[in-house]
Amino acid sequence: MSKNSITPELQKDMYYHMALARALDDRMWILNRQGRAPVVYSSNGHEAAQVGSAFALNRGEDWIVPYYRDLALVLAYGMTPRQVMLHLLGKAEDPNSGGRQMPAHWGLKERHILTTGSVVATQDIHAAGLALASKVLKDGRVSVAYFGEGSTSQGEFHEALNFAAVHKLPVIFFNENNGYAISVPARKQMAVMDIAARAEGYGMPGVIVDGNDPLKVYEVTKEARERALAGEGPTLIEAKTYRFVPHSSDDDDRAYRSREEVAEWKKRDPLVTFEKHVLDNKILSQEEHQAMQQKIKDLVNDATDYAEQAALPDPDTLGLYVYHQ
Amino acid sequence: MAVMTYLEAIRETLRQELRRDDRIIVYGEDVGVRGGVFRVTEGLQAEFGEERVIDSPLAEAAIIGTAIGAAVNGLRPVPEIQFSDFIFPAINQIVQEAARIRYRSNGAFGVPMVIRAPFGGGVHGALYHSQSVEAFFAHVPGLKVVIPSTPYDAKGLLASAIQDEDPVLYFEHKAAYRSLKGEVPDERYLIPIGKADLKRPGKHVSIITYGLMVSYALKAAEVLDKEGISVEILDLRSIRPLDVEAILETAKKTGKVLMVHEDNLTGGIGGEVSALIAEHALFYLDAPIVRLAGPDVPAMPYSPPLEHAFMVTPEKITEAARKLAKF
Ligand SMILES: Cc1ncc(C[n+]2csc(CCOP(=O)(O)OP(=O)(O)O)c2C)c(N)n1
Ligand SMILES: [Mg+2]
Repeated sequence: MSKNSITPELQKDMYYHMALARALDDRMWILNRQGRAPVVYSSNGHEAAQVGSAFALNRGEDWIVPYYRDLALVLAYGMTPRQVMLHLLGKAEDPNSGGRQMPAHWGLKERHILTTGSVVATQDIHAAGLALASKVLKDGRVSVAYFGEGSTSQGEFHEALNFAAVHKLPVIFFNENNGYAISVPARKQMAVMDIAARAEGYGMPGVIVDGNDPLKVYEVTKEARERALAGEGPTLIEAKTYRFVPHSSDDDDRAYRSREEVAEWKKRDPLVTFEKHVLDNKILSQEEHQAMQQKIKDLVNDATDYAEQAALPDPDTLGLYVYHQ
Repeated sequence: MAVMTYLEAIRETLRQELRRDDRIIVYGEDVGVRGGVFRVTEGLQAEFGEERVIDSPLAEAAIIGTAIGAAVNGLRPVPEIQFSDFIFPAINQIVQEAARIRYRSNGAFGVPMVIRAPFGGGVHGALYHSQSVEAFFAHVPGLKVVIPSTPYDAKGLLASAIQDEDPVLYFEHKAAYRSLKGEVPDERYLIPIGKADLKRPGKHVSIITYGLMVSYALKAAEVLDKEGISVEILDLRSIRPLDVEAILETAKKTGKVLMVHEDNLTGGIGGEVSALIAEHALFYLDAPIVRLAGPDVPAMPYSPPLEHAFMVTPEKITEAARKLAKF
């Protein structure tokens, strides 16, 4: 773990959100395997990258534009476990979409989480646009786009970075590089080793960070945010990480990656290593840890029960919100 | 009140709107220093500065995608696509994102923006500077598609589009820019989107059309008037939403409908209008509905005889209406 100035309180809170995300994610998979949730997309393995970056932002004020991988991110940004479960189960009360979108299509206006679709890389441009408005309105906000390394092959990724760099927009492009786009490994996706290397071509800094270390991720994101606020323009951050589970509950990753490779990365499970860090350094006492685990368990149970009992959308609402009303 | 060209009416409306509301920004390729390749935005950057009238990179998805983000974060963007032929790199952002954001967020987010784009042919623009692309977008719930036919309407409809809380595509016919002139009041006024305009009352044949074709239909009506054929002309003004009531009213009144557009025939708006009439006014008809439209070839060719053969002209409209009247 890096030497840093991040307060113990903050580290404790980071750990809490990482553990909450993992527990909620585990529950979602159980619900899926029991036939109670049609599909699951996971942040399992990405928690340090997501939570570390979120904590470096002015949470709820700066805009984030997530993608389907970002459960831990949206939790760190203020979405509640109940809201997550309502979304998973397509319930009317789902604040992301009222049950309209498939799971993991986040969006929560009051926390400044922009709604996102399924088409990868579209969100990169929206983050640039949010930042364009911030620049004109001088509202002091930074916007962050989150995306996988596979999506950087899309033209819209390029257009977003170029536009943002030309106009020196207060935006951060945050890549979660887990080495795979479903089954396609990064070496078949691009002829360079690092996403961050692309930044130079746009005239912005590209930063590589250990995506399994939340404190390092926090630091580089904080720096990028300060650059953005100082009018120095965008930064491309590449957090190298790994997903420990298949792409989605419909995928079987045994078809394209070895168990040895997964086991190797598992040794660096960010939840395990960060837990050791907070316990070894007495940031979290054993008693606090136990209480926290109990609290998470209760929250996950509560969210599951609440969402399962919640009402499904009324079919009569099908035609609502096509236009402003 | 001043007499203006269609182009001037659009420019003066943009100017008036930019003065009225600080949140409005105009941007696109060459719209700033150059004032746009057609000069629609001439002088705007000088008056409003580089932050509100922005020369963007040559990247249509970025232009529309950033407009979406800017709209969500409190601005009222009016991006320009230099030619509607080049809107396709942005179709992902328009159809998948702008049109669906309100719906997919269950009403939480909206995208108030106006995409301006010159369209249409007859200007020696060949395949990639002549296209009519409106039907692609009219197919998409969540979008509005506006096509003004006069300088007066250009102003009132643009002001309405800017005020609208949803994404509006505002198509400007290139051949209309300098050829159409008319009186335009100085003060701001709004023409509601979705209300068709009865341009000319008549008894024998209804011509339903929009955009540049309205002026062509008016010419045809004058010729036919001398032959004793009385033509009614309905200008749709927007093709999504369609003014169904006005369409049915004119169909019921004359019993003979000629639908005209420059966009190609198959899958064009004429098909939709015909279906509406067939569904709701069939027994008022005295003749089959006729569609006069651009031919089903991929796009407009360059060489003059080929271009002319593609275009819908006042003469072709006259002939089609005359034939229908005699049915
Ligand atoms: C434009 C587009 N094409 C295809 C897909 C289907 N798809 C969904 S996720 C995905 C892989 C994305 O991989 P990556 O960007 O690396 O993100 P990760 O899932 O690894 O976090 C694909 C091909 C899509 N959503 N959008
Ligand atoms: Mg990936």
